[in-house]
Amino acid sequence: MKVEVRVYPREGVLDPQGKAIAAALGRLGHGSVRDVRAGKVFFIELAGADPKAAEADARKMAEELLANTVIEGYDVKVVSP
Amino acid sequence: MKFGIVVFPGSNCDHDCHHVATALLGCEAEYIWHHERDLKGSDVVILPGGFAYGDYLRAGALARFSPVMESVAAFAKAGGPVLGICNGFQVLLEAGMLPGAMQINRGLRYVCRDIHIKVENDATPFTSLYEKGSVVTMPIGHMEGNYTAPPEVLDALEGEGRVVFRYCDLQGRVTDAANPNGAARGIAGIVNREGNVVGLMPHPDRCAEPLVGNDAGRKMFESAVAALAAR
Repeated sequence: MKVEVRVYPREGVLDPQGKAIAAALGRLGHGSVRDVRAGKVFFIELAGADPKAAEADARKMAEELLANTVIEGYDVKVVSP
Repeated sequence: MKFGIVVFPGSNCDHDCHHVATALLGCEAEYIWHHERDLKGSDVVILPGGFAYGDYLRAGALARFSPVMESVAAFAKAGGPVLGICNGFQVLLEAGMLPGAMQINRGLRYVCRDIHIKVENDATPFTSLYEKGSVVTMPIGHMEGNYTAPPEVLDALEGEGRVVFRYCDLQGRVTDAANPNGAARGIAGIVNREGNVVGLMPHPDRCAEPLVGNDAGRKMFESAVAALAAR
């Protein structure tokens, strides 16, 4: 079973990487860019066939390690059985 | 009087701390490999600077799962003095032993230079020999020193006098210009509620003898010796 965990800076938390990327995109001529937030994606393969259990596992992983919930939010998607 | 210096894969200021404890202060010191659980009778534990686990994922994020951290947490819970310097501070944050988190410096660059900090709490085991309100110069060297925490946590830290050091100018003014990394409210170092776990981004270990042109950091180590002697 494959799950994806996206981790990103929380709304309102300063995201200097996103700001720098937004500025660079602007300089490249992408004038429509209003804001960028930069995060990470974890592609995780899990044993087992229960998507609910996989999602619960992945959430626990995000809480325990993948995200620092002081500054980061996350979401979990079960991609394939 | 024994300093226990934790060594993670990627720690690189462990020898600096060992040198201060032994050669400069005449104390015993022991390296504690991160796989060990035995703190070897340490009276003080230091988490040194460096790049534990290559700072993979987030600075300090993986180090907190090293076996030694359970022992360090138990040591701290029993009242033992723990000091986290730079990467060691980041580990303490990730481990939840101190509140808040580190973001990338607002300038997006690694900053390596001398800065000034104001001593705001002289009641910790690592700052008792400093004068409250005094301005101390120490070097910093980090990419993630932009301290942040929810506003209510910052308010609590300030309200409870748990901000130990703040970035300032030579006159002791806490200004935005004197803040090298964007840290919330200029915070350079904090202490836990119990008062025995201190973390700071500047490097007292790198400025503890006249040979290197600055010995302002020496008192942090001497304070620990004094605190234990007073027990």
